[in-house]
Amino acid sequence: MALDEITKMLVLADSSPVLPSELALRAYELSTDAVVKETCFGLIITGPERAVNELIAELRRLDPTGIFVKERGFPPGDSRRCRAVRGGGARPGFHQLEKESQMLPCIAYGLETIEAPSDRKARKKHDKLDVDRFCEIIDDQLKEDING
Amino acid sequence: MAKIFIYPSNSLILSDLVTRFGHEPLTLMRVIRKKITEVGIDSPPINVTPEDPKKGLKYAAVDVPSGVRGRMALLDPLITEAEAAIIVHDAEYSFGCMGCARTNELVKYIVRRKDIPRLELSYPANDDEARDFVRKIRDFCQSLDHAEEVPA
Repeated sequence: MALDEITKMLVLADSSPVLPSELALRAYELSTDAVVKETCFGLIITGPERAVNELIAELRRLDPTGIFVKERGFPPGDSRRCRAVRGGGARPGFHQLEKESQMLPCIAYGLETIEAPSDRKARKKHDKLDVDRFCEIIDDQLKEDING
Repeated sequence: MAKIFIYPSNSLILSDLVTRFGHEPLTLMRVIRKKITEVGIDSPPINVTPEDPKKGLKYAAVDVPSGVRGRMALLDPLITEAEAAIIVHDAEYSFGCMGCARTNELVKYIVRRKDIPRLELSYPANDDEARDFVRKIRDFCQSLDHAEEVPA
């Protein structure tokens, strides 16, 4: 790893409509000098500082309040951190990332409504589909398929 | 642009928010990167240089657990450079061994003693608290901008 190379992590909030795969595709389209790794939480980008920052600025346009960025000390796949080499288990830093990523939807909401008055109603959350209703939908679909 | 010390020093949320509001977060990851990319420094524990114990001794005596001094050696450049600080309490993930616990206490104590603007708050638990959390950090960052504009 060269001295001027940096690594940054892009972490998506659960509330973000963007998927890590979409971020990765967009990053490949922009095709800069940076190396991109798709992960379950978002992306890890490594490369020259300017290229990484420019790429992140472009990617952030996809969801300005739902994409969070932090620097990372180790490059992706570094044998001192990579689970494949260290025999599995959570990599150092995973639990911190897990804990903070649980708060990201709230923080994203805070960023969206920062100018809103304090008595604004809480954001609407999507309710889970009831199991019985889901069974009805499956039955209806099956009946439609059978009847042609 | 002010250099803002954040605590926890590896926080994703704080690092992101400080950058969003136009300042430079002083993060532990940057120190780690320097440690692992500098020529002549190898993997732990060989990456401890003769300078590191000296930095640690600035903050804690020799009879203090070595883990505290080792951690303080990494945090020293961040504390030294800090022009402002944001401290977040109740960070569950900073739970650790006695070295971690004592270092956490020591870092907060040293930052509080430093004569710099400081914001202390807790992690949000719901949407309303999150909005206040973001708003307080934004206002703090903006107040630093205005402080810089005032002639000495």
